[in-house]
Amino acid sequence: MKKKLLQVNNLRTYFHTFKGTVKAVDNISFDIDEGEILGVVGESGGGKSITGFSIIKLIDEPGKIETGEIIFDGQDLMKKSESQMNEIRGKDISMVFQDPMTSLNPVYTIGEQMEEVLILHEKLTKDQRKKRCIELLKAVGISNPESRLKSYPHQFSGGMRQRVVIAIALAANPKLIIADEPTTALDVTIQAQILRLMTNLVKEQGCSLMLITHDLAVVSEIADRINVMYCGKIVETGSSKSIVEKFKHPYTKGLISSIPDLDKDKDRLETIPGIVPNMFNLPKGCNFSPRCKYCKDICKEKEPELVKVDEKHYVACHFPLREGEK
Amino acid sequence: MLRYLSTRVSQLILVLFAVSILVFIFTSVMGNPVYLMVRENATEAEIQAAIEYLGLDKPLPVQYGIFIKNALKGDFGKSYIYHQPALGLIMERFPATLELVFIAMLLSALIGIPLGVLSGAYPNKISSKAIMTLSIAGISLPSFWIGMVMIFFFSLTLGILPVSGRGDIGTILGLQTSLATTNGLRHLVLPSLTLALANIATIIRLTRAGMQENIRQDYVKFARAKGVSSRKVLFGHALKNTLIPVVTIFGLQLGSLIAFTTITETIFAWPGMGKLLIDAINSADRPIVAAYVLFVAVMFVFINFIVDILYTFIDPRIDLK
Amino acid sequence: MSIQVETSNKSQEKVNKWKSFLESEFFHNYKKSPTAIIGSIIVIVVLLIAILGPFFTVQNPYDMSNIDLNNAYKPPAWDEGGEAKFFLGTDQQGRDIFSAIVYGSRVSLIIGIAGTFLASAIGIVLGLIAGYFGGKIDAIIMRIADIQLSFPTMLIAIFLMSFIGRGITNILIALSLVGWVRYARTVRGETLSVKKKEFIEATKVIGLPNFKIIFKHVLPNVFTSIIVLSTIQVGSFILTEATLSFLGLGVPVTRPSLGMLCNNGFNVLYSGLWWVSIFPGLYIMIIVFGINLLGDFLRDELNPKLK
Repeated sequence: MKKKLLQVNNLRTYFHTFKGTVKAVDNISFDIDEGEILGVVGESGGGKSITGFSIIKLIDEPGKIETGEIIFDGQDLMKKSESQMNEIRGKDISMVFQDPMTSLNPVYTIGEQMEEVLILHEKLTKDQRKKRCIELLKAVGISNPESRLKSYPHQFSGGMRQRVVIAIALAANPKLIIADEPTTALDVTIQAQILRLMTNLVKEQGCSLMLITHDLAVVSEIADRINVMYCGKIVETGSSKSIVEKFKHPYTKGLISSIPDLDKDKDRLETIPGIVPNMFNLPKGCNFSPRCKYCKDICKEKEPELVKVDEKHYVACHFPLREGEK
Repeated sequence: MLRYLSTRVSQLILVLFAVSILVFIFTSVMGNPVYLMVRENATEAEIQAAIEYLGLDKPLPVQYGIFIKNALKGDFGKSYIYHQPALGLIMERFPATLELVFIAMLLSALIGIPLGVLSGAYPNKISSKAIMTLSIAGISLPSFWIGMVMIFFFSLTLGILPVSGRGDIGTILGLQTSLATTNGLRHLVLPSLTLALANIATIIRLTRAGMQENIRQDYVKFARAKGVSSRKVLFGHALKNTLIPVVTIFGLQLGSLIAFTTITETIFAWPGMGKLLIDAINSADRPIVAAYVLFVAVMFVFINFIVDILYTFIDPRIDLK
Repeated sequence: MSIQVETSNKSQEKVNKWKSFLESEFFHNYKKSPTAIIGSIIVIVVLLIAILGPFFTVQNPYDMSNIDLNNAYKPPAWDEGGEAKFFLGTDQQGRDIFSAIVYGSRVSLIIGIAGTFLASAIGIVLGLIAGYFGGKIDAIIMRIADIQLSFPTMLIAIFLMSFIGRGITNILIALSLVGWVRYARTVRGETLSVKKKEFIEATKVIGLPNFKIIFKHVLPNVFTSIIVLSTIQVGSFILTEATLSFLGLGVPVTRPSLGMLCNNGFNVLYSGLWWVSIFPGLYIMIIVFGINLLGDFLRDELNPKLK
């Protein structure tokens, strides 16, 4: 059995705004094994990104991590001070952001921004650092890395910038990379390339990856396990195979049937009716009940809890779908 | 680069052309300069002679042509009061004004930028809120009033600083300046502070706004995700992005400082070109006013040009093409 | 009967609007901002003094028959030789400083507010024209605005006043000529972005005439920005006017504004009559400070991008 790298227990991250409290992440628990790729999927506004930022405790006002344990490599990050967190961020856990156009500082060169991580987290001489930067750029597929170090971000295309961001994330050999929609802002043609690059590098280095995305199709191909999130809660979790083939939650079903399938000759794609509810005013009972076609009275009263339906497969639904129910 | 320069220069000429026409209209067409030249009970013949002397009998475009031709030679006519070439009088007093502006600018940069950065970086601290409220007070101050208050307090009541005038001038590196003598420095304190005060407040506010905009950017969060401490993120990443536009602000503020020297110099009887202008306006000494307007117009256009060039050097995103 | 129902409906609507305002985030933040509250209190008190003040002053400072040279050179009430009647002292002619400030503030406020109205009217019209029609007319207007912006406002105002001469109308002309640019640029920018939105396209399809489109759909969208700009503008115009008047380029001697009072008092500052000039100037600062506190809050709340 593999060792657990990250274990999140009862995490709650709330945003206290004038209009009320938004429970962006509401009592979720999950774990990531060493070397594992965990996919986190759901519509935007479902709390996926906030989950990612909560792990490295980068939640800004008016957000706040209310309760929970974040046990990483045997230590509870919740008990760490800000300066202790700074030693973990970028070193043990690094992040890849959604929009490469804005995540690099426009007034520093690529080289300076890569070096920054190495200066903070590795004891290397100046020459070693430069060598490492060149290695990294080569690894992420940037040609002429030596001359590119002196370039500024605006001289790079979006795809190249994201490669640089990935190189920065890999620089200090982290144990976990949290990638927040790493390909969403990119051209469709480059998305697959970047994703393949990232998974390959992660596998090579043996680090774990938490891949946050709204695209279940993408994640099911590369992730070992998948968490489906809806309105700040995990509604279904299981291995990629069992999520795709034996999904139990009507929401997961909705996500899957909205994937275009080239093999089958469907006239039109199915969509999930309705929209994500107002986060200030969540429905009573199951959050998904207003959009669910299997909704019964109990769904509007009682909130379902995660129950085991299969080996490592859990679902939070009063009426889990039977297999093959399409 | 060449194309950039040529468009800049053509803009420059356009601005100066527009200003020269306005000055010409105001000085030559509106009001009648003849009556400033002749005696009160002048005869028809004397008035006629003055009109011919001033070229007022010629059609307007010709008059403008003469005006421009003379202006290009630096000839704006002689001051009615001093009976000396107007431009010469301005040039003579320019160093005193420049000195005042230079000190005020230095004070603004040294005080304004750090305070703006701090209050932008830590907006919720009490000290930041105090800085912000004080800066609002600063931009609400009438500068002539603060000058009077300082004269009353430091000079008349405490008697520790001179009331007005420029004091002794010495030489530093070949430049004639008040900075070289203690007496000169003492004379410099109140005028330069008066001039700097509103400017400090403006610089604080603009720097703070830039800082606050930058700390919201994604790259700041990404830097924090790299493990950069929040202090270093603020003063490394956000600050550099904030300081680039501050250069433009300084260019603009330089112009506004020059404008406000007219007030400061009037209050402190500082013998600079600002006081010369106000005196000239009050005594209807039009050649000096005309020369001053074109002189500062050239200066502002030049400052803007320098700021633009500087900007392209410090902001890596701009390529001069 | 039916009319009555309608009016009660309308007043009901008003009550609802008022209620939703009281529950809005804007009002919530307002209550929590001491600077905004202090700013509004200052502004209200200043306006009340300007409107009602003449009923309480001991004299009309413009009416020479009211002024007695025997009262000249009186220091403020708390100083030796001061009189309670002349709370802030008197000037060299026996004019009560407090009365002069009350009357002077009316001149200053009227110029500040009227100047802002004129400048905003010119700026809004030009900005709408430039933003909506684009092309050559836009290029010309914005070119002029750019050139003007590269010169400091105060200097332009000084030059204008030196050429057209002092007087309240002339100050208003000068202020409108220096103040329109900020409005024009803001309104033009917002007009451009509003224009891109679909509903404007839709109104074009219906065939509404241009001016109707502009006034009905663009103006309401730039309204908050105009409010913010105008608040700050009133304060800065009061300062500009005060400075011009102090330099002898502003209001005529017969209608002294606060800046003019400082000018009069400056001559006697060296003889120790500090109150003649310091109090009017202090009042200018208080007025502008109040307006700016309020303006700062409005900008942060309504449109932080405005500078």
